[in-house]
Amino acid sequence: MSATAQAQTDTAPAAQAGAADGFYPARRAMESLGAPVAALILAATAFSMFLLALGKSPVDFWWLVWRGAFGSAFSLQNTLQRAAPLLLTALCVAVPAQLGLVVIGGEGALALGGLAATVAALPLSGVWPPLVQLAMAAAGIAAGGGWIALTGLLRARRGVNETVASLVLSYIGIAIFNHMVEGPLRDPASLNKPSTWSIGDANMLGPLPGTELHPGLLVGVIACVLCWVLIFHTSVGFAARVTGGNLRAAQLQGLPVGKLIVAACALGGGCAGLAGMIEVAAVHGRANASLLAGYGYEGILIAFLARHNPLAIIPMAVLMGGIGAAGGLLQRRLDLPDATVVVLQGFIFVAILASETLYSRIGWFQPRGAR
Amino acid sequence: MLSRRAILSGAAAGGAALTLGTGLRQARAGTLTVGFIYVGPKDDYGYNQAHAEAAAQLKSMPGVKIVEEEKVPETDDVEKTMQSMIELDGATLLFPTSFGYFDPYMLRVAKKYPKIQFRHCGGLWQKDKHPMNTGSYFGYIGMGQYLNGIAAGYASKSKKLGFVAAKPIPQVLLNINSFTLGARSVDPSITTQVIFTGDWSMPVKEAEATNSLADQGVDVVTMHVDGPKVVVQTAAGRGMYVCGYHANQSKLAPAKYLTGAEWDWITVYRMFVGDMLQGKPLPNFVRGGLAEHFVKMSPFGPAVSDTARKKIDAVKAEMMKGGYSVIKGPLKDNKGNPVVPAGTEYPETAIQLESMNYLVEGVAGSIS
Repeated sequence: MSATAQAQTDTAPAAQAGAADGFYPARRAMESLGAPVAALILAATAFSMFLLALGKSPVDFWWLVWRGAFGSAFSLQNTLQRAAPLLLTALCVAVPAQLGLVVIGGEGALALGGLAATVAALPLSGVWPPLVQLAMAAAGIAAGGGWIALTGLLRARRGVNETVASLVLSYIGIAIFNHMVEGPLRDPASLNKPSTWSIGDANMLGPLPGTELHPGLLVGVIACVLCWVLIFHTSVGFAARVTGGNLRAAQLQGLPVGKLIVAACALGGGCAGLAGMIEVAAVHGRANASLLAGYGYEGILIAFLARHNPLAIIPMAVLMGGIGAAGGLLQRRLDLPDATVVVLQGFIFVAILASETLYSRIGWFQPRGAR
Repeated sequence: MLSRRAILSGAAAGGAALTLGTGLRQARAGTLTVGFIYVGPKDDYGYNQAHAEAAAQLKSMPGVKIVEEEKVPETDDVEKTMQSMIELDGATLLFPTSFGYFDPYMLRVAKKYPKIQFRHCGGLWQKDKHPMNTGSYFGYIGMGQYLNGIAAGYASKSKKLGFVAAKPIPQVLLNINSFTLGARSVDPSITTQVIFTGDWSMPVKEAEATNSLADQGVDVVTMHVDGPKVVVQTAAGRGMYVCGYHANQSKLAPAKYLTGAEWDWITVYRMFVGDMLQGKPLPNFVRGGLAEHFVKMSPFGPAVSDTARKKIDAVKAEMMKGGYSVIKGPLKDNKGNPVVPAGTEYPETAIQLESMNYLVEGVAGSIS
């Protein structure tokens, strides 16, 4: 998988190429950029043919996607607002993926993180808001991190498949969330839509100063950058990638594989929990079913599109956010059903996965002397 | 925050658009653009279809352009949709039709765009609480469920009726109570079993509930869910009679469909759009029932007896005169507590009905 490809290109060929092939890093970067772009072009072409089969004009479609996603100040803002939570939930998949784990439980972690953040804020009324927000963030990260760490523990100690475990735990987490929101934590005034008590207007996160942008955007970008630095420029990250490359080799090296698995899961889950906290603090002001908007699942798609590289998550989240933002406009102007945008995302996903096969095959991109 | 990918794809699309032209135009000045937002699909044989059918009729009005978006969840997605309709489509009148859109989403967008008119279906607009560019409209469909109940009362042999309901909110409870009272006006020994599925659209739970009702010996079913299609088809498949709701589902079960309580939203929409075109201020709190043509009854199905037809038509004529009360004292709830004292009547316009929190005697089931 992508983690393997990363480990391979990082360790062996760099040593072999040496000074004789100074252009290899540049070519490697071009390959990393070129394959996804080729996949996107392929997906766009295939989707355009699909549209022609439906009797719609692809030109109209792409122009509306541009218009609805990036074409006006309002559209751009809409796109970025959609992308903000996705940055963090994608990290929930991308960080454990460095160890070769496929963790897809972000939705449950987000829900529990949002709930914990709300619960943390409730007894703190009257306290200085930034402190409350810090407490909320800590609670959200702890709840989300703890929940995905459970998956990590199951995988590390008992060898349970982490994909199944994280998904099932996600459903359990959502059920716990619903039970608490509709039962013990329910605000009696929320008759028609069960919600918890509000965290109070004073504690809400406002938009980024000077703009109307979602505050989660800045947090998400910083989180992505920090994760990238952690994974690719620290020894801990290196240990994680080695584990992802070959578990046995890592164990033989004496790396603490079990701890790394749990830590990576906890970090990823913490990001998703933080996303839940930001959604509560910046958008809803309370925890209710609106929090379960599928951000966790969209994050899976984005992480795979970004090939689990935290920096690449940023443009991919913006792209997917843009397509989602254009969805409404497409429905209204072209009379296309709501699912059309999902079909497009599916095409992109399949194309990106297929493009995995391009890596290490085209000779020009490979290091000289490694053949 | 523009990524290289976004700029490349944008430049390509923009270039193509420039060379080929697109044929897509913004609304011309002078056309009124009206936006409709639905929580489910337009062809759900239910709540959303009732609105969509009325919207389709509006398209034939001169000078009016309709933009619709379906399957918008009751989350801040609807805020984004409303803003998108205002900014990109130039809509000046918006109809967010689902109950959960009102608070806080529509109110937030309404504060941001004071020049745009928002009218919500079902919300409780209050003059001192909510901005003047918002308002709510709804129909007194409880009366329709009362007439459904009469049809069910005549058709039922087991004297057990069933009601598949979404959430125990006042509008739903009023429907359940009206249905039961209508049936008991035919035979006081009739009981209704109510099952709450928990949310507006839960097809699997609705099918399970309908099957469970059939297993309990129920032989006439009605519902208050967004898309009655599942309940109607499951009930007819199990040999039960069905009273419809929201829209006309008789096509789905021609032999078993008795009658139905339907919305007639075109009355409301034509009024709002007409006022908007003439530049008149729009009313903020609009309610109406059978007499005002906000609500109508489906044509009778083949299984409705002549006696039943005569009775229903007679009661309907009474209702059309105005002032008819279904909820009147003395009335007890299903736990035995008196809820309406003798001599008190609540006609459909009574504000107390909008905070109903009980199930009447004869209903088996509980709210919490």
